[in-house]
Amino acid sequence: MSGHPSTYEPKYAATKWMDQRLPIIRMGADFMSFPSPRNLNYWWTFGGILALCLVSQIITGIILAMHYVPHIDHAFDSVQRIKRDVPFGWLLQPMHAVGASMFFFAVYVHMFRGLYYGSYKAPRELLWIIGCLIYLVMMATGFLGYTLPWGQMSFWGATVITGFFGAVPVVGESLQEWLLGGYSVDNATLNRFFALHFLLPFVIAALVGLHVWALHHAGQNNPVGITPKTKQDTLAFHPFYTVKDGFAVCMFLLIFAFFIFYQPDALGHADNYVRADALKTPAHIVPEWYFLPFYAILRAVPDKLMGILLMLGAIAVLFVLPWLDTSKVRSMRFRPVARMFFLVFLFFCFILGWCGAETPDDMVPFMTFGTNAAGEPMGMNFTWLSRIATFYYFAFFLIILPVLGLVERPKERPDSITKSVLGHDQAAAPAE
Amino acid sequence: MRSKTLKTILVAATAIAGMAIGGTTIAFAAGGGNSDYEMVHKHWHFKGMRGSYDRAAAQRGYQVYREVCSSCHALEQLSFRHLGDKGAPYFDKAYPNPNDNPYVKTFAADWTIKDIDEETGDVIERPGIPADKFPMIYDNPAAARASNGGSLPPDLSVMVSARTGGADYLYNLLIAYDAKKPDDVEITPGLYYNPVMDGGKIAMAPPLSDGQVDYAPITVTENGETKVIPAPEATVEQMAADVTEFLAWSADPKMEQRKSIGFATMLYLLILSVLMWFSYKRVWRNVSH
Repeated sequence: MSGHPSTYEPKYAATKWMDQRLPIIRMGADFMSFPSPRNLNYWWTFGGILALCLVSQIITGIILAMHYVPHIDHAFDSVQRIKRDVPFGWLLQPMHAVGASMFFFAVYVHMFRGLYYGSYKAPRELLWIIGCLIYLVMMATGFLGYTLPWGQMSFWGATVITGFFGAVPVVGESLQEWLLGGYSVDNATLNRFFALHFLLPFVIAALVGLHVWALHHAGQNNPVGITPKTKQDTLAFHPFYTVKDGFAVCMFLLIFAFFIFYQPDALGHADNYVRADALKTPAHIVPEWYFLPFYAILRAVPDKLMGILLMLGAIAVLFVLPWLDTSKVRSMRFRPVARMFFLVFLFFCFILGWCGAETPDDMVPFMTFGTNAAGEPMGMNFTWLSRIATFYYFAFFLIILPVLGLVERPKERPDSITKSVLGHDQAAAPAE
Repeated sequence: MRSKTLKTILVAATAIAGMAIGGTTIAFAAGGGNSDYEMVHKHWHFKGMRGSYDRAAAQRGYQVYREVCSSCHALEQLSFRHLGDKGAPYFDKAYPNPNDNPYVKTFAADWTIKDIDEETGDVIERPGIPADKFPMIYDNPAAARASNGGSLPPDLSVMVSARTGGADYLYNLLIAYDAKKPDDVEITPGLYYNPVMDGGKIAMAPPLSDGQVDYAPITVTENGETKVIPAPEATVEQMAADVTEFLAWSADPKMEQRKSIGFATMLYLLILSVLMWFSYKRVWRNVSH
């Protein structure tokens, strides 16, 4: 399965027997000896962190599912029962809820890393596309899971999101009814959302299998973006990267634990502690923080269908990114101009997140300049800020990256990974 | 190399801190109209990394709930036995099973529970036992609305978690009735002015008045030390603070266990991180990268 010659030698009769029938031990051994570029930095540890997140979400999720009741009359109470009476339920529930946030945090770091270091370029296009698919299914899973506690935000979030489908021309209304299992979010909806929320993580796990397969076939990208040429350019995955990933995982778990134990509700919304009420709309319906940038893109245009198309487009554009970026140079370390545009892109992603959390008509702080004749404040409101940010988001992928690859002059790149390592670390090793 | 690693860690830490601050300090949108009411930010005993519930305050808070709030508001997520759980106001080491706790038994018996007579099938009323849930105050939401001028008294079991601002919100709501009403808030009959509510209007009449409950001294045992806490004066502020302490426990009853296990977990992870760091340094010591 992996793209490097196997060095595994079965030592015992039993392992030899096994190796001839199902070489699963060989697979594990090859995994451990996989030659990885010697210059991977800490941004590369998030793959391992994400695998851990998925396992943690599945384990806590299955135990929670044993106690959760997917019925509109009991869902809210059953979550409270889990937190109050189920042994260690008070730990499992925030592990799962905070875990979702940590999962998305890690996936965003992982994606921005791929973007910066050009990890989507040949021969890793499929690796990147499978990653985008994983992200898409993660978003669906996160949204479905947020519905299950049946609080006010669960209910109204589900109402708003499923409402998107109603905007599809001609078939919209029937599509929405088919999805909901009725005319509005109700017991049928909760039941199917629970079933799908249980199913999708295993779809993610399967996609992760493909993702890792593709990774091991093409090999990891690395901070200088130069393909390893000699044996010197690589190190065995174990122990070099198991220990580095291990350290990063510990740091990640420290942050994770801080939220679980000391701020379990900080990343959620107070309204979700209020039982869902179809007759009472909350003052502000906001999605979870990890959807805020897309929510801002959705609200940036006045037309509902256009907003939805833009929001879907924001994700769709990631899928074709390998063919939009015309530069042959992978790492933005050697593309100073692209790096500037990337940092602005990162900035605008945060701006979009901010816009998603605010009321569109409110004025942006520090951007209000007096009042007009009617006494209304003048300046920029969040709708316009999100329009600017949305424009940049798409421009980055559709204009900047395609054009820049043709016109920019990248910096000179080192001949090999080893050369680049020796370049900045001369004291550590004698020059060849 | 070292400075680069440090930089990476710093960037990650900043991102996380930003996430934390963004999450916790969502603007406290209190106030209706242009009230000049200023939110009182109390220092709560349960805040902070090692904060725990003030047992005496939570016990007095239960008294306030029982004698005042419970005429309209239910605690539907709680059973009586919860009052004697570890970390709860009436926990007593001598009674690891809260069903045996004499306080819990007494409180449960103080409530009337509707039940079915197993012999006849008739609806009967009996005194509560620790295993019972706190009863609903009204038979159904319609009855609750009918008795409260069309408004539904919300359940209080998770109230402190269910409002932005948490304990401070609830405390201020209870003490803010005296605030001067601005002219742009119009109060119709059956509503009261309260600057903490969105829009400044609330259907609940001022629930607390000075001297409303009779506080008694409370004996608490903490860390093997038995102390008698003298009864404070039952001012509105005191009762509001006490009932908030009780409801904060009710909303997050496992907080003390969570924090203590959290401390051990963080310590463990910290030590593991240090070990991992040195393992990393050792494994990579002859490898330039």
